[in-house]
Formats: sequence, C-alpha cells, structure tokens
Amino acid sequence: MKYIIKKIGTLILTLFIISFLSFLAFQIIPGDAALSRLGTDATPEQVEALREEMGLNAPMLVRYGNWLKDFVSGDFGTSYSYNMPVSEMLAGKLPITLVLTALSFLLILAISIPLGLFTGSREGSRLDRATMMANQVLMSIPGFFLGILITAVLGLGMKLFIPGAYVSYREDFGGFLYYLIFPAIAIALPKCAMGVKMLRSSVIGQLHMDYVRTAYSKGNSQHRVMYHHILKNAMIPVLTFWALTISDIVANSIIIEQVFTIPGLGSMLIQSISNRDYPVVQAIIVMVAGLVVVINFLVDLLYTKIDPRVTIE
Amino acid sequence: MRKRFETKIAAEQSDREGNKFMKKKRKNYNIIIGGTIAAAMALFVLVGLFYTPYDPDAMNGSAKFAAPSLQHFFGCDQFGRDIFSRVLKGSGTTFLVAVSTVILGAGTGTVIGVLTGYIGGWFDEILMRINDVIVSFPSILLALVFISILSPGKYNVILALGIIFIPSFARLVRSEYIKNKNLDYVASARLMGVGKFRIMFVHILPNALPTLLASVAIGFNNAVLAEAGMSYLGIGVQPPDASLGRMLSESQTYLGNAPWCVIFPGLAVILMVLGVGLLSDGLQKRG
Amino acid sequence: MKRVQFVKTLLLVVGVTFALALGGCSGEKEDSQSSEEGNVSQKAGEPEEGGSIVVGIPQDIEDSLDPHAAVAAGTEEILFNIYEGLLKYDENGNLIDAVASAHTASDDGKTYTFTLRDGVKFHDGSTVTLDDVIYSIERSADVGVSTSAFLNVAEINKLDDKTIEVVLAEPDTEFLCYMTTAIIPASNEDPAKNAIGTGPYKFVSRSPQENIILEKNEEYWGEPAHLDQVTLKIVSDANAIVTNLKSGAIDMYCRLTTVQAAEVESVCDIYEGTMNLVQAMYLNNAVEPLNDVRVRQALAYAINEQEVLDLTSDGKGTIIGTSMIPAFEKYYLPELADAYPQDVEKAKELLAEAGYPDGFDLTITVPSNYQPHIDTAQVLVEQLKQAGVNAEIQLIEWDSWLSDVYSDRNYQATVVGVDASVLTPKALLERFNSAAGNNFVNYQNDEYDELFAKATSTTNDEEVTESYLELERLLSEDCANVYIQDMANLVALNKDFGGYEFYPIYVMDLSKLYKK
Repeated sequence: MKYIIKKIGTLILTLFIISFLSFLAFQIIPGDAALSRLGTDATPEQVEALREEMGLNAPMLVRYGNWLKDFVSGDFGTSYSYNMPVSEMLAGKLPITLVLTALSFLLILAISIPLGLFTGSREGSRLDRATMMANQVLMSIPGFFLGILITAVLGLGMKLFIPGAYVSYREDFGGFLYYLIFPAIAIALPKCAMGVKMLRSSVIGQLHMDYVRTAYSKGNSQHRVMYHHILKNAMIPVLTFWALTISDIVANSIIIEQVFTIPGLGSMLIQSISNRDYPVVQAIIVMVAGLVVVINFLVDLLYTKIDPRVTIE
Repeated sequence: MRKRFETKIAAEQSDREGNKFMKKKRKNYNIIIGGTIAAAMALFVLVGLFYTPYDPDAMNGSAKFAAPSLQHFFGCDQFGRDIFSRVLKGSGTTFLVAVSTVILGAGTGTVIGVLTGYIGGWFDEILMRINDVIVSFPSILLALVFISILSPGKYNVILALGIIFIPSFARLVRSEYIKNKNLDYVASARLMGVGKFRIMFVHILPNALPTLLASVAIGFNNAVLAEAGMSYLGIGVQPPDASLGRMLSESQTYLGNAPWCVIFPGLAVILMVLGVGLLSDGLQKRG
Repeated sequence: MKRVQFVKTLLLVVGVTFALALGGCSGEKEDSQSSEEGNVSQKAGEPEEGGSIVVGIPQDIEDSLDPHAAVAAGTEEILFNIYEGLLKYDENGNLIDAVASAHTASDDGKTYTFTLRDGVKFHDGSTVTLDDVIYSIERSADVGVSTSAFLNVAEINKLDDKTIEVVLAEPDTEFLCYMTTAIIPASNEDPAKNAIGTGPYKFVSRSPQENIILEKNEEYWGEPAHLDQVTLKIVSDANAIVTNLKSGAIDMYCRLTTVQAAEVESVCDIYEGTMNLVQAMYLNNAVEPLNDVRVRQALAYAINEQEVLDLTSDGKGTIIGTSMIPAFEKYYLPELADAYPQDVEKAKELLAEAGYPDGFDLTITVPSNYQPHIDTAQVLVEQLKQAGVNAEIQLIEWDSWLSDVYSDRNYQATVVGVDASVLTPKALLERFNSAAGNNFVNYQNDEYDELFAKATSTTNDEEVTESYLELERLLSEDCANVYIQDMANLVALNKDFGGYEFYPIYVMDLSKLYKK
C-alpha cells in the first residue's frame, strides 16, 4: 500500500513537471502569436492590445498558474488560430488517436505473442531463423517509409483501401476502423518485430527453468505447459516493453497520421506547432505525455499484482 | 503414455543439445552477416567522405530523373543530381548525426548514471525524477518541441536527439552501478583508500561497458531512424544537404515515375540499421 | 491602410504569395488577357448536373469565415464561392454586376450608384435588402482589413427602395474595386462562425484541420453551380498530395509542381495557367554587402533564370525582370527580363569592384512551407557558387518568416513570390516606396518615390502608364531584387470532372466545376 501511495505521489509530481516544462518550452520559442494573428501591417497598438487580450503580457509564473488552474478544470484555453476552445477542437481528435493506438497495440499483441512463443519454443529451427531475419529487417525500416510502402502497395497497387480517403468515425464507424487498420499495420510491424524478439528470448530463458521440466514430468501437454506456465512467466519482463511501446505507438502515430492523412492529434499537433498555436500544442503535449505516464503507472501496479516481489525493492 | 514422456524429455534434451550447437552456428551467422553489412556500410561512408563520382549538389538539367546507368549507378533525381554521389554523402551525414547523437547521449548519460548510481541519495532521487519525465515524453514529441525552439538543422537534430537519449543511458548505467557498488572488488578498493572518482570511472566503468555498448548500438539505430522521421516532418537536415532521411522523404512523390530516387536511399538506411542491429545482436548473444 | 493577405500554409503547396495593396482597378482589364494560357485540352464530356467533389486545399481557414475580417489569400479563394459583393470579378478580371444589377459612376469619380438585383436571396432564405447592403459597406469600414477606401465614403443615400448612391469625400477612380466586398445579412450576429452570403455555394460545416463542406445554393440568382456538394479537404502534408490524387481521395488540387503533375497525369487532367506573382530572390537593400548596387547586380549576373525554370518546373513559367507580371500587358516590359543575362565573369568583376574579390557568404531565408521556392533556392545556391558567392539556405516557418523577414526585415535574401490580389499594377509597385510600411526589401531611391507620387496623383491614363514603366525600369537598373519568374500554376482535376477556369486573382471558382 505504501508502495502504491509513493507511486501515486511520483505520478502527480511527474505530471506537474511535465506541465511546467511544456509550458516553459513554449515561452522560449521566437515569434509573436499576436503578430502572426494580425498580419504584418497591423499597427503596434493593435498588436499590443491583442497581446493584452490574450494575456501574453503577464509575468510568466502568473501565466503558468492561470494556465494550470484552467487546465485542471478542463479549460485548455482558446486556440489562437481558430478562436474556439481547445477542448472542443481536441474532443473530436482524441478518439481517432486513441483508436489508432489501441488498434496498433492489439495488432502488436496479436502478432507478437504467438510468433514469440512459436519461435521461442522452436529456437534454431529454420522458421525461427527466417522470422528473426524478417524481424531485423522490419526493425530497420523507418516508420514513415513503411507507411509509404503500405499506401503504395496495399492502397494504390492492390486497392485494398483508398489512401487519403479517411472516413470519419461519426459517419461510418466500420469504415473508420477499416481505414485505420492500414496505418496501424505501419505502426505495429516494427514494434511486432521487437515484441517477438523480446518474448522469444524470454521464452527461451523460461524453457530452461526447472519448473518447465517438472511441469512436463507431471504429465502436462506441451500446449498446456506453453500457455499455462511459460507464457505467464515469460510475460513479466516483456510487460515493461509493452508499456514503453505505447509511448512509441503514440509517437509514431504522429508521423503515420501524416502519411495516411488522418486528422488526429498528431496532424493537429504538427499544424499547430507551425501556426504557433501554443494553447493547442501545450494541451496536446500535456495530454499525450500524461497518457503515457498514467499507462506506465498502471503497468507498475499490474506488476505488483503479477510479481509481488516488486514491492519489496 | 509414460514412454511418450520419456521420449519427449529425451527429445527435449537432445533438442537442447542440438540447440546449443545450432546456436553457436547462428551466433556466427548474425555476426558474419551483420559484420559484413556494417563493414560495407562503414566503407561506403568512409569513401563518401573523400570521394564522390559527381558533386552531390551539382545540378544537371539534361539528367533530370535519369534512370540508373553506367554513368549514374543509382540514376538521378529531380534536379539531375547523381543519386549515387548523394547516397554516398547522405550516408555520411546520417552516420555523423547518429554517431554524434550517441556520443552526446551516451557520454552525458554515463556521467549522470555513474553519479546517481554511485552516490545515490537525494541527488539520485532528483535526477531520476527528471529522467522519468523525459522518458515519459514520446521521443518524436520531444524532438518536435526542441526543434521548434531551436529551429531545424543538422546540429539541432543532434542536440535534440542527444538530449532525448540521455535518460535511457543514464538509467542503464545507474542500474549497473547499483549492482556493482556493493560487490567485493569495489569494497576492497574502497578499503585500500582509492578515491571515489577513481572507483567510479576506473574500477566500475569497465564492468558496465558490455551492457553499455549493446545499448550504444541500439541508440545508433534509433538515431538513424529518428533522423529519417524528423526529415520526413521537415525538421531534420535542411536542403540542399543530403541525408538519407531527407532524400527518402523528398523522393516519395516520384515513387511512380522514378522509383530509384526512393529505392537506393531506402536501401542505404535499411542496411545501415540492419548491419549494426545484427552485429550487436550477435555480439550480445556470444557475450 | 494597406491590405495584406497572407497565405498561411503548412506545407508545400500554396504560393507564399501575399497580395498587397488594395490599390484600385485598372479599367484595362479587357485587353490584358490575364492568366489563361490554359491548355484546357480535354474539356470533352457533357456536363452533368449534381454529384459531389473533394477538393484538396493545403491549409485550413485559420483567420475567419467573416468575409470582412479574412486576410489569408487561401481563405479568400474559398470564400469567393460563398460571398459576393455588389460587383464581382469574372474569369477575365472584369468587374461584373453581382448583387447589384446595374451601377454607374460619375465623371468626377465621387458618386456611384448601384441598383439592387431583384430577388437575390441569402443562404438563410431571406431576401437581400438595401439595408443589408448599407450595413455591409459600413461594416467593411469598421472591421475590414482594408478600411481606407471605405473611410473615404462620405455618405450612403437610398435613392429609392432599389437604388443606393455612395458619395465619396475624395475622388477615387478605383472605388468600384472595393465594391466586391461581401454583402452579408445585417441580422447575422456572428459571421465568423455562421457564414451566410449570396454565392453559388453555401457553407454547411467545418471540422478544424479536417475539412470544410459546402452545398449548392439552389436559389442562386445567376447560373447555379453544377455540383451538389463540395468537400474542401485539408491535405497539410504535401507528400500526401500525389497519393491522394492518385487514389481518388481528392479530385482536385491547385498549384502543383511539375513533378507532382507528371505523377498524377494518368488519373487527372492538368490545367496550366500562371500564378500571377513575382518570384524573386528578394534582397535586403539595407544590409552589407547587399546595399552596394554592384553586389546586387553581380548576383543577378550570376544566376540563370532559364536554368531555374528548366530544373524546377520543366521550363514552365515566364521569366521576368522587374516587379510586374506579364498579365498586366500594358504595364509590362518584356525586355527587362534580359537585363541581366548570366555572365559569371562579369559577376566576379562586379564583386571585385565592390571589394569582394573572393565572394561573400549569403544566407537565403526561405519559408519552409512552399516547395517551389525551396527548389528555386537550391538551384540559386548552386549557380551563385560559380560566382564565388557562398550561399546557404535557411528554412523557417511561415510565421517566423512573417515576423523576422517581413516585419523586422532581419535577413539578407529570401526567395518568395509576391502578387497583387487586386488587379492593379500599383499593388505591385507601391511597396518599393522608401516609406512604404511593407517595403521589406528596404529599397530606397528618391527618384522612385517622386515618380510614384506623380503616378498616383494624376488621373491622366497615359501619364500613369509611363510612370509605372519608368518605375519598373528603376527597379531593374538598381537591381533591387534578383527577379526570376511568374510561376506556372498547374491544377490537377480528376478526369471525371471538368470546368476548371483560371482567374487572374487568387480565387477558385467551384461553381463552374462539373461531373462529366
């Protein structure tokens, strides 16, 4: 329990630092949001008035305080570019990124668990070696390049989907999911490769443990040993990897959304950075980083459930 | 029934023995393939530093989108620039970015890891908290933030990626030091009156080196891939400078009509990462 | 106050054009056959009514749906379909009656009358009244970006329930141009969110950074649109444009590069026009060593415009030698394009004379969102190298470009395109006044200032023309900038559609598009 409280404390502290750093970062960026909103023929008075209105003139700590207070209460500020609440803008985008992340993650699990177990249990076989080689190659392809190849081959070539013709989830949820499968593949493949590799070596490690032999000698079938005994134990070290994967998935989705023209958080982030739309950028960064921190926190908790030894350390 | 188990266990055993044999063979496999690729790419980069058949930036209107030929091994791009020369030079740029990034990240990370791991206490606590925060940011996100503050460019990419890589190295070295600092050899060195810094850097560091080197290889590969991703988003190496990532992202528009613009830089990236990846994999297994 | 239109784009495609200076209209539009060099070969296929189209646009409407407050050219090209003024431009650049059915102007240039067209309806179903017209004109003076012409309005009188009279305080022969300002209903409280106009398309909805949806206005007073629905899809990543066009995710995209156009030829018809902008390496005339005319001339001698065109656009585009576009035939001096032929030796000589025998370092700042300018800059760097000038490209965000280069004038050289949103040569020349607020190249020449003052103070057409030509010659002699070209504008339209027409101003007429 003490462990959990300590973890929660750390979580809050981390979130706090994230919010401050991301706030700070956007104070240093050159350029003037008020100026860019008005255009260059604006008079200094107009710019000054807008700066005042946007609250850009207050001392930094005050601005941070105000911003944090609003942020916690769900008011992420007003977009400079769109003059509408940031929360309203993000509300439509968050589900897209979340679904894409979830889809990618599921794909990773669906591919890497069976393959990891399979290659691990048949270490050294021809199939194992072929898989490992394919893995290495997959890990060596830049994510966006894989995306381009998928649009070219599966989209333009085999016409499995129409690259660029993103379907809004509000209109057609099925079509939306179908379209997202392809970017999810682009995100998942390199991670699958890594996942297989991790699980495989973990399984190999377990195979040599005494309990496996005991399990066999007790008359368990190979299938049962594999899925009942080895899988659970082999999973523990891989769990951390999967938790880290989520942060990578989110990061990759920023790039892949560009390749597949998906109007999610990533596209919005990149657009907003170049528009100097600070409130949007800050909100997205804090949200994404917060998401990652919370997931890591949950994994930590899960750990204590699976492996009670963790709390002792 | 019983018989089946016995055979099974026997089979397992022989399998394992066989495995050992096979493993040895495959170990070499990884090292051989990886080593060959990595050495070839290193040679390629080295040659590119001193010699390119054409000026990589020289434009030639009559060679626009020329297909691969004996004059231009890899063909020409939209400005009639020789892609072979550009891949030579671009590999160098990418290599330089990746190596500098790793040196910056691993160097700083090691120092931080050594200090936090060996000294511990509140110092450790604070630095590790900051570490956690940085780690919680997806790296591309961090790079975007960095670059929007620093403005794009080769050196800023190195700086941004280098900083992003620090925490993982710091964490790694720290855990090695925590493992090592209570071992006998350290205690006896301490008893013999060896200075703190000498223990940290002369006694323990060599023991942490193998683990460190493995992650240096991973770091190198991540840096190559990250440079490519950043170039795709337009925040990496700036034109007309050639870098593999930049060439790759620039040429995707011509995928249909001039695929060689994509294939060769793409191959170069993949081989560079693959070579180092296989090599480190092989070395790790042997070690 | 001048009007600045900014194209805010994220990635490569829309021209970094900023249309400056709402000057006035030249009455000469009839003979300046504007931009239609169109190679509109494949117009076959019968227009079919109905259907929908997806048009790719490089950036979202970020400023405002409010037609009086909008500043970005990229916004205006869309709003053109939703709003209309009393008058509007046709595809030849002529002013035609829109919400007005007739207009007259007095000889002294002070009194203008407009007759309201019968039965023009707003998109919300209400009929346009004179009160709405007066409200809109007055509102343009209040919230508009180009207020000066409207502030000149002394009174607006209702002559009867169909006719108004606008009386100006000072004569302004170009006033009719401003009457293209959108007529909006007085009852609309929030035009920035609720776009209600009289145009052939009505605004349906928008989703930030995703799309804007327009629908056919069934009750349009003029020739109605062919298509029922238009989705303007934001394709912010230029790399995705070709894929989107090929896959059919978008049906149309404007301002492609030749390379992009070549890739999509199999599925799209390519329409070719000109962008009507002055692409140049703009030089900061106030900083060392560019304040020396010999250095600027050396740069001009060092570069080869034809090679730039060949390398970046397969030779498409028109080489120009001063701040004037060929579309303004009457004011255009084609011979200036050859004023500085490539002559590397001469460039080196001039540099040596100026005290730079070994050349110098030059930083060319280029907005990162527009590939054609980046491409041009890359070629320039190579050409300058031959003359010993060690040039380096610095890519910056459009916003930083606006503040650092355009406002603070803190740069050496920059490659962009400048255009005139209003059809007047004055718009292109005004900025080189030493006192002009938008003289971002810091050009200073007393003779130029005097001549410009003379040109704008007279109403004698011949004198005006002669002065403008002289101004252009001055810019060329002083080599204020290294002029390159009026760029080619390539529009890709899916083969299932037809009807694209070029306009000499920055608009995209969606109402003429049809399904084959």
